[in-house]
Amino acid sequence: MIRAKGLTYQYSGGSLMSFPDIQCEAGDQLLILGESGSGKTTLLQILSGLRQPQTGSVSIHGTDLQAVPRRKQDQFRGKHVGLVFQTPHFLQALNVEENVALAQRLAGQKIDLPEVRDLLERLGLAHRIHAYPRHCSQGEQQRISLARALINQPDILLADEPTSALDDRHCLEVCGLLEAHASESRSALIIVTHDQRIKDRIPHTITLERHV
Amino acid sequence: MYSLWLSWKHLVYKPAQLTLNLVLLALSTGLIAGVFLFDRMITERLDRNLAGIDLVIGAKGSPLQLILSGMYHLDVPTGNISLQTAKPFLRPGHPLISRAVPLSLGDSYQGYRIVGTDTAFYALYDLELAVGSQQKAAMDIVAGAGVARALGLTIGQTFQSVHGLDDNEDLIHEDGPGFRIVGILQPSGSVADQLLLTPLESVWLVHDHGHGDHDHAAEDEAEDREITTLLIQYKVRNHLTLNLPRNINENTDLMAASPAMEMNRLYALMGAGTELLRILAWIILAVSGLSIFVSLYSSLQARRYELALLRMMGSSPGGVFRLIVQEGFLLAFFGGLLGLLFAHTGLWLTGRFLEEEWHYAFDAWVFLPEEFWLFLAVLGFGIIAALFPAWQARKVDIASTLIG
Repeated sequence: MIRAKGLTYQYSGGSLMSFPDIQCEAGDQLLILGESGSGKTTLLQILSGLRQPQTGSVSIHGTDLQAVPRRKQDQFRGKHVGLVFQTPHFLQALNVEENVALAQRLAGQKIDLPEVRDLLERLGLAHRIHAYPRHCSQGEQQRISLARALINQPDILLADEPTSALDDRHCLEVCGLLEAHASESRSALIIVTHDQRIKDRIPHTITLERHV
Repeated sequence: MYSLWLSWKHLVYKPAQLTLNLVLLALSTGLIAGVFLFDRMITERLDRNLAGIDLVIGAKGSPLQLILSGMYHLDVPTGNISLQTAKPFLRPGHPLISRAVPLSLGDSYQGYRIVGTDTAFYALYDLELAVGSQQKAAMDIVAGAGVARALGLTIGQTFQSVHGLDDNEDLIHEDGPGFRIVGILQPSGSVADQLLLTPLESVWLVHDHGHGDHDHAAEDEAEDREITTLLIQYKVRNHLTLNLPRNINENTDLMAASPAMEMNRLYALMGAGTELLRILAWIILAVSGLSIFVSLYSSLQARRYELALLRMMGSSPGGVFRLIVQEGFLLAFFGGLLGLLFAHTGLWLTGRFLEEEWHYAFDAWVFLPEEFWLFLAVLGFGIIAALFPAWQARKVDIASTLIG
């Protein structure tokens, strides 16, 4: 589903970072571990198409990211990549349901409210559909951002430190949800983290070395 | 539409800021439109009552006052002139004058002016009867459409007039002969709508009666007769008519004033005031443009994350740009609309006041082409004010904002 080969990146004035090849099929799960400074964030940005690598290529669902015309890149990302962050952010002016529907719309899909509500219900947010994100608890907010990432049934679900800010109980809960819903929508799940608590849950692990 | 809805959602999310911007925009737009409208309303109203009158003749005094009282029935008359001195102008076959309309003012009924005149007045203003008949005998009244409606006058109704132009109960001509309504006019849009017309003789009768002088010989009476004003239309305009007012002013006890000249002087006076208001309003509009700019620009920092989110979910840089420009557009659209509504409501209220005070009717819901251009200009202001913030929003770096 996603393949990355020979990726390197160099910040101006920094040393050259090279990343291991990555392959993750539909329904597979991959954990990328690394200390801060190991280039985790850079790799995540490259994989989601937000940053161009110096060398190497990323292909999602058989499409080379660099081959997507510039003006289509945003929509391509919206449709094929779902992102979950350490701290969830939302459009404060919109309620929960509207925030999730927005992801559908911006990815070039038609808004399908029954589908949005169905997904929110399956994530245990039925009572929060018309609430505003700022009124929701942190755990609820993380689940809303998961719903937003999943609504377009993305080919790859990228999670950036999704559990670092959570206590043990919520960490387990979010992990379980990520795994369950990624496999349900046949998305390739890649979790990038330094959180050792989830190391044993996911069979495939890549550890990034610290670049000096 | 979805994108407009999204812009709108962002605006209403900050109600205080939205209100401030809307109020500023509405205030400036309303003020500019108000000046346009008021200017137009007055000018149109006064122009319609020019009715092709070339000259107004009356007692010596202020020429503008003579015009205002004789043509517009706004001010008090400068005084009376004897019918004898006015006779030459009323003579049929005058070489310069095609029509001369005598007016005799001084009485009123419930604040509406009673105008003694002859049938030439009807021709001057193209007046037509809605019901009843034209004035035939003394004490017959033909009521303007506006008066008839306001006072609920009907044919055959009688009343006593009040001396003076104010509605003063102490000055009712109680023992004078009563007036009788014989006709009601169709609305003409001219000042005649607000007048009660009667033959000249009625005014004389009312006042003679009041003084109780019954032993005047008929000829003496004729000599004593007074009127207030003469409205003159020329046959042609040439050097003779050009000199006529000066001749009258220099060689007789009468005063002649040209409505066109006096009104132009009045407009020039009014123009300075409205010009100042207009400049002030444009300054406020510029300030409201600045306010849109500041509120969009200052919220940019706080919204950086949201903008990056939009990009992450699939919005293009152009899409984000459009979102911000639309916010400026929507503010201007609703602010401008509100402003026009303010202006017309204000005009309507002023109109009602004027109608009550001066018996002048206004139509406040006529829209001018200038308002359309003003509205476009306001939209332009809104969009321009949003351009720079939108450009900044377009440049938000998603990678470092979202993941970093």
